[in-house]
Amino acid sequence: MTGTSNLIELLTRNLRQSGIYIAFVFIVLLFTVLTGGTLLSPGNITNLVLQYSYILILAIGMVMIIVAGHIDLSVGSVVALTGGVAAVVVIREGMPWWVGIIAALLTGVLVGIWQGFWVAIVGIPAFIVTLAGMLIFRGLAMQVLDNVSLSPFPNEYRQIAGGFSNGLLGGPGYDIFTLLIFALASVGFAVQQWRARMRKLEYKQPVEALWLFAIRVLAVVAVIMAFGWQLANSRGMPYVLVLLAALVLIYGFVTQRTVFGRHIYAMGGNLDAAKLSGVKTKRVNFLLFVNMGVLAAVAGIVYSARSNSAQPAAGNMFELDAIAAAFIGGAAVTGGVGKVQGAIIGGLIMAVMSNGMQILGIDQSTQNVVRGVVLVLAVAFDVWSKKRSSVSA
Amino acid sequence: MNENILEMRSITKKFPGVVALQDVNLQVRRGEIHAVCGENGAGKSTLMKVLSGVHPAGTYEGEIHFESKHVSFSSLNDSEALGIVIIHQELALVPHLSVAENIFLGNEKSRAGIINWHEVNLAAAALLDKVGLRENPVTPVGHLGVGKQQLVEIAKALSKNVKLLILDEPTAALNDEDSAHLLGLIRDLRDEGVTCIIISHKLGEIAAVADSTTVIRDGGTVETIDMAEATRNGEDLTRRIIRGMVGRDMENMYPDRDVTIGEEVFRVEDWHVNHPTQRDRKVVDGASLNVRAGEVVGIAGLMGAGRTELAMSVFGKSYGRDISGTVYMHKKPVKVDSVADAIKAGIAYVSEDRKRYGLNLIDDIRRNVTAAALKRVAPRGWINGNEEIAVAERYRSSMNIKAPTVMSVIGKLSGGNQQKVVLSKWLYTEPELLILDEPTRGIDVGAKYEIYSIINKLAASGKAIIMISSELPEVLGMCDRVYALSAGRITGQLPVEDATQERLMELMTREKD
Repeated sequence: MTGTSNLIELLTRNLRQSGIYIAFVFIVLLFTVLTGGTLLSPGNITNLVLQYSYILILAIGMVMIIVAGHIDLSVGSVVALTGGVAAVVVIREGMPWWVGIIAALLTGVLVGIWQGFWVAIVGIPAFIVTLAGMLIFRGLAMQVLDNVSLSPFPNEYRQIAGGFSNGLLGGPGYDIFTLLIFALASVGFAVQQWRARMRKLEYKQPVEALWLFAIRVLAVVAVIMAFGWQLANSRGMPYVLVLLAALVLIYGFVTQRTVFGRHIYAMGGNLDAAKLSGVKTKRVNFLLFVNMGVLAAVAGIVYSARSNSAQPAAGNMFELDAIAAAFIGGAAVTGGVGKVQGAIIGGLIMAVMSNGMQILGIDQSTQNVVRGVVLVLAVAFDVWSKKRSSVSA
Repeated sequence: MNENILEMRSITKKFPGVVALQDVNLQVRRGEIHAVCGENGAGKSTLMKVLSGVHPAGTYEGEIHFESKHVSFSSLNDSEALGIVIIHQELALVPHLSVAENIFLGNEKSRAGIINWHEVNLAAAALLDKVGLRENPVTPVGHLGVGKQQLVEIAKALSKNVKLLILDEPTAALNDEDSAHLLGLIRDLRDEGVTCIIISHKLGEIAAVADSTTVIRDGGTVETIDMAEATRNGEDLTRRIIRGMVGRDMENMYPDRDVTIGEEVFRVEDWHVNHPTQRDRKVVDGASLNVRAGEVVGIAGLMGAGRTELAMSVFGKSYGRDISGTVYMHKKPVKVDSVADAIKAGIAYVSEDRKRYGLNLIDDIRRNVTAAALKRVAPRGWINGNEEIAVAERYRSSMNIKAPTVMSVIGKLSGGNQQKVVLSKWLYTEPELLILDEPTRGIDVGAKYEIYSIINKLAASGKAIIMISSELPEVLGMCDRVYALSAGRITGQLPVEDATQERLMELMTREKD
């Protein structure tokens, strides 16, 4: 083994993840130019976040399921069911908005227990179980709603998806509070990066040169602040964004830094070896599906709040968008590989493309074709990079 | 007779960053059995991939001449069309299809796309007869044992009018009887004019069947030995090959150890295990055995005797059903109902199939090392990534794992290094008993010696060790005490001083009274 092969290994290893970021930047630039800057305008950025938040929430759970070597086809139906349950509780029964949220989350847990039972305990492939779930939960959603859509939700409930933290401090044409939050996030990021660097040095591990470190942190902070600036110039900070950021941070930590997270990767990489290493595979699988159920419920709440109604047909095809986000974000079809942050970027790529094409007035049929082609190309890239890196001596 | 059927001239094959083959020459005479030997990673497989067209012409330098014609293959199909057939170590048969279907897969006897099954089965029967396999051609391949599947592979090769048959580790997974049959068959094929290239780690076999042997080391040809001539000169063939492979004389295959045996660490009593799907078939039948601190205990048995089944059932009931019996650690009964229980009790099991049961091949050294004792780097539930790297680094240097960093992906390491990672993973659980199932399978001579040294060091540090092995010399060379297992029953135990290959074999083949 020589130093060069080491470098090549590092590059090919990182190509999978960093390739996604490069593609994302490229797509953002492309559509910014094509739309004459509209894509990155304050109003549109806000819109983009609101419009695709529920797909991103679903993608977080989906990528974990995919890493473990499963798939979940039922999440779209679960979005409809949980939104429906919330609507029935809040609108038809007239209970407070937070009871609706709890009811929706509990429904998500039950859905997860049902699917987790069949997948983890009985051992039926997740593809079959969730295909059945897609039918079952869609049917239940229709029954719960008596096949009609319910609306409108009370104002508090609508705030979840439509609320902004605007005007708390007022301001000269832009929201200072939003900027403050983003500044805090930037400082938090920089501090966390610095501490990680110090820890690495403590363990005598190689770190990047200080100037490189500084440039990287400053670049990220600049992007965060630019994003915050645009939001502050529009309607302020959407609550959904706070929710989403919290979920990404929590699940990023869970998957990368906890024993539970590591077990998911171990199972996806080699199930037999994981079992013989003492991983309680049934438990992990069960929890994964319960978790997916809860996240689908969160998405259901956000979606119903945004559309201010619960419809039996809500969430149709959401599962495909979530799966596509995970795969575009670098998850491997065979399991064992994939990251939450990758899935988020994958979801954002889909979001920017859809949004950009809408602005350009491209019709839905062409949009579908383009998105399909991008999905195939993303996975093809993944397969290609795997072939390249699996050079055996 | 002395005409070369195959000449590979100055083959050089480069992968990004690695030179796998450097100026390799291989001359194979028509109608001989030609062995290719070398340590894992020496380049044997790459050479065969170049020959069979898996690495197409143009991706390597040098020339291949087959039957005196310059050839350049762009795929496996091209080489097969000329009668070069390669049988890989991992058999490429479809378990649910019948023997006949497998033999003619991709080569179906059909007219206008419609298969004539009578003709297929008849032709298959004739081929099976030729390879000495008495099985109905309509039997699904999955119902046959590995030894018989190997014969089906050869029948498949014969159906393609093979002129040059390449066998990659053909006997690696076979027991002695099946191996002997297979080697006999290869001899018969040679006498009928089929040239064979055989790649094997079992040097005894090579000494027995090969007419000449080419030794490869570090991607280059070391020498080609004419076996008949070497025998005439009174050379020890195995020694000569080993010298070529490792570049030095191997004085002692098994390193010495000072034996200090302490208290009993592990005991299993009256252990019964039934087959997981065939309920009334007893796989382990009332086995009892014990191991003391600092002791290496061997379990010798033929394939199917229940060695792995015994070990895996003790290790958290990972195999079988209706398990009964008691496991004692330090003379106290312990619960081993799950793998987690077994690990907690201080038992570690290193599987014979490290790729399937031991490692996550797509992940790196670091995460594989900590996989079975993750809690140790995650005391409060979250993983200390830096500590994890430090742990892996410690094992990389103490076990001498040859890899650029602990972030190297496991799948790219050689067999010996992979085995060291598996050992590291289990040592990190701080076990008191290590069950090593075929710890040197598919590992080259140099790495074997290293693994033996590690085992000795562990025993010297007071660990109790059970070693399961099909190679009797290895059992005799490494163990202090040997149990013989036959048809699920312990048929005897011998201190190593009293054990000979013959006595063990006699116990291993003893039928039920």
